Amino acid sequence: MKTLELGYIHINDIIIGSESKVENGVLYVDEAAVKALVLEDEFLKDVHFDVAKPGESTRITPVKDVIEPRVKVEGPGGVFPGMVNKVEAVGEGKTNVLKGMAVVTAGKIVGFQEGVIDMSGPGADYTPFSKTINFVMVCEPADSLLATDPEATLPIDNEKKPEYERAVRMAGLKVAAYLGELAKNVTPDETEVFSTPNLKEGMELYPDLPRVVYVAMLQTQGLLHDTYVYGVDAKRTLSTMMWPTEIMDGAIVSGNCVSACDKNPTYIHENNPVVHELFKQHGKTINFVGVIITNENVYLADKQRSSDWAAKLCELLGVDGAIVTQEGFGNPDTDLIMNTKKIELKGVKTAIVTDEYAGQDGKSQSLADADPLADAVVTGGNANQVIILPKMDKVIGMLDYVDVIAGGHAGSLREDGTIEAEIQVITSATNEMGFNKLSAR
Amino acid sequence: MSFKVVHYINQFFANIGGEEMAHVAPELRDGLVGPGLALNNAWKGEAEIVKTIVCGDSYFAEHEKEAKEQILAWVKEINPDFFIAGPAFNAGRYGYACANVAIAVQEMGIPVLTGMYQENPGADYKNQVLIVATKDSAAGMRQAAPTMAKLALKIMKGEKLGASCEDGYMPNGIRVNFFEKERGAKRAVDMLIKKLADKPFVTEYPMPSFDRVEPGKAIKDMSKATIALCTSGGIVPKGNPDHIESSSASHYGEYSIEGVMDLTEEGWETAHGGYDPIYANQDADRVLPVDVMRDLEKEGVIGKLHNLFYTTVGNGTAVASAKAFAAEYAQKLVAAGVDGVIMTST
Repeated sequence: MKTLELGYIHINDIIIGSESKVENGVLYVDEAAVKALVLEDEFLKDVHFDVAKPGESTRITPVKDVIEPRVKVEGPGGVFPGMVNKVEAVGEGKTNVLKGMAVVTAGKIVGFQEGVIDMSGPGADYTPFSKTINFVMVCEPADSLLATDPEATLPIDNEKKPEYERAVRMAGLKVAAYLGELAKNVTPDETEVFSTPNLKEGMELYPDLPRVVYVAMLQTQGLLHDTYVYGVDAKRTLSTMMWPTEIMDGAIVSGNCVSACDKNPTYIHENNPVVHELFKQHGKTINFVGVIITNENVYLADKQRSSDWAAKLCELLGVDGAIVTQEGFGNPDTDLIMNTKKIELKGVKTAIVTDEYAGQDGKSQSLADADPLADAVVTGGNANQVIILPKMDKVIGMLDYVDVIAGGHAGSLREDGTIEAEIQVITSATNEMGFNKLSAR
Repeated sequence: MSFKVVHYINQFFANIGGEEMAHVAPELRDGLVGPGLALNNAWKGEAEIVKTIVCGDSYFAEHEKEAKEQILAWVKEINPDFFIAGPAFNAGRYGYACANVAIAVQEMGIPVLTGMYQENPGADYKNQVLIVATKDSAAGMRQAAPTMAKLALKIMKGEKLGASCEDGYMPNGIRVNFFEKERGAKRAVDMLIKKLADKPFVTEYPMPSFDRVEPGKAIKDMSKATIALCTSGGIVPKGNPDHIESSSASHYGEYSIEGVMDLTEEGWETAHGGYDPIYANQDADRVLPVDVMRDLEKEGVIGKLHNLFYTTVGNGTAVASAKAFAAEYAQKLVAAGVDGVIMTST
């Protein structure tokens, strides 16, 4: 039996000052200390911190990743293993969580695909991160990363983008781990326990319940579309298995710059909604066996191999059912359909979670691939839906890139500060792990 | 002032009679008749049935042209704000008549609504006209009338249509976003549990049947053929002069490669936002292989490379848009005497 207890410490406010601590639900952050931590990286020149609260007239953009601070209190390893802490296996013992807040990394854009978080107004309904108090880090790239071509559309030199992506990704994780560490000795406001029996124990405990596995597809198209598992670039991995609680300790982190609406930020990996919903049913209606992770590479041979392996693991485990979730759209739709079809053909019933690109008028085919065996689909909504985001009093980051991010168009940013764009630009709006209530018919 | 509505019903619901009276010709009556009462009551004075058109189902089936002409003439004269037909439940000819009359009225620019059971043959028209899903018999009137009345009023008031499951109409091929009561992960787990127990469940996205494109005829002699390059990989002249969007492109570009032997970093780049552009920007031939095509041209493998290429961004671009772009530039390619196209994607 693998058991992890999460201790939730509710954060009601974040105060940036000269001391770091968590006290009475308030997170105090020593600005100089976190700044020093970020600037350890030679590729970051400067960083500015700010706090955005729910209900404020504040827009954060371009947003890269969102991370929930956590800390291991008991048990082996540390959070974000292989990235911030040593690579030791996690997922058991006790972990404290700073609940109700998030670390948001922002700054000059990496690709075309960084997002928008509005803390109020119509856009706030679409992003889960309008409900968290956000500690925002606006990162400044080092001069050595900047494009020298005066006509370049984007500020970072093309060849230096991976370096910059890595720097901002690591800065976010380090700061989240630092803030989490402040809660190591704080008594949680509430706790929740997650236990997974091993295969043998599970069969004995729940002989009559259908056995269900979760197949999590990780974005690994490469070229700034990457996910890391215990520090390994997941595109160089074969489909494999994990305890669900490993994910809660940050074993999977985002290094990904796909469209903001359907990339899985680290925060959503840590709080993987499918894992949580399966735990709620575990021992009652189903026996939650564990998690299969599989990648979404661009080459056909990789797609075939990875989907074969995901289906093969389902077969090997002898499960009755599988939930399959996706990240990204278009090219990964083929992985989603391959996985679903192959798993169904093994006699395992599937339900899948995706989102749609049905056009601004909603009239087009929603996915790039389809198969009749994918007959149980949950959708996170049509990412092409156009939304008008009113001007906000405060902008954290910069509006310079709104026209060129995925989902924006020339003229998206109007002179009065209003943005007209597809909900594609909004961080996690159509999340494909089923984090939100948005859907479509 | 309330909205003026015309209601269409058959002989049965007008209390004329059943099958034996299905031959009756169209008739125009003042005010409401039969099921119109339930609709009128639901509108509480905000809208009102001013006239009711009654037509026998057999008459409509056998004299469709004349029946439609008569009905449209009346509707034109009355000039209502809205036209509502049925509900027809599972009555096949009635459903067919409701759908067809509604479509004809809709073409006059008057908003319409009908209702019927999903297996009614009239429901085949659900992508052309808004149809409320009802039960299969008139016993379902109690649910159908308020749903139809509510949706009709919404349309009359010019409010935005909700998703099909919210507003009760049959899915019509237009995807509409809305907020569910439960989050997606819970819905997926609930759906799987039903599927595992062999209980009915409803998918949120029924899989479409895909277009399959027949391959064109083989080109017999490539050494005389004019070949064009096209791409969804977003290759554009440096600076993206036509502002093709990085995702969900609204247009395509047509650019000349007359005399261009090689796409250089100085002159070309990609507008595509779905991949790291580093390699495409260094050498756009990696996506649009002009250099290799020039080699083939020189070697005589192909007759010549067409002097224009067509390009857009495939990233998140709706299939309907892509289809429309290609339909347009395919004509230009044909007109230019192009024999074959190499289409590259990313």
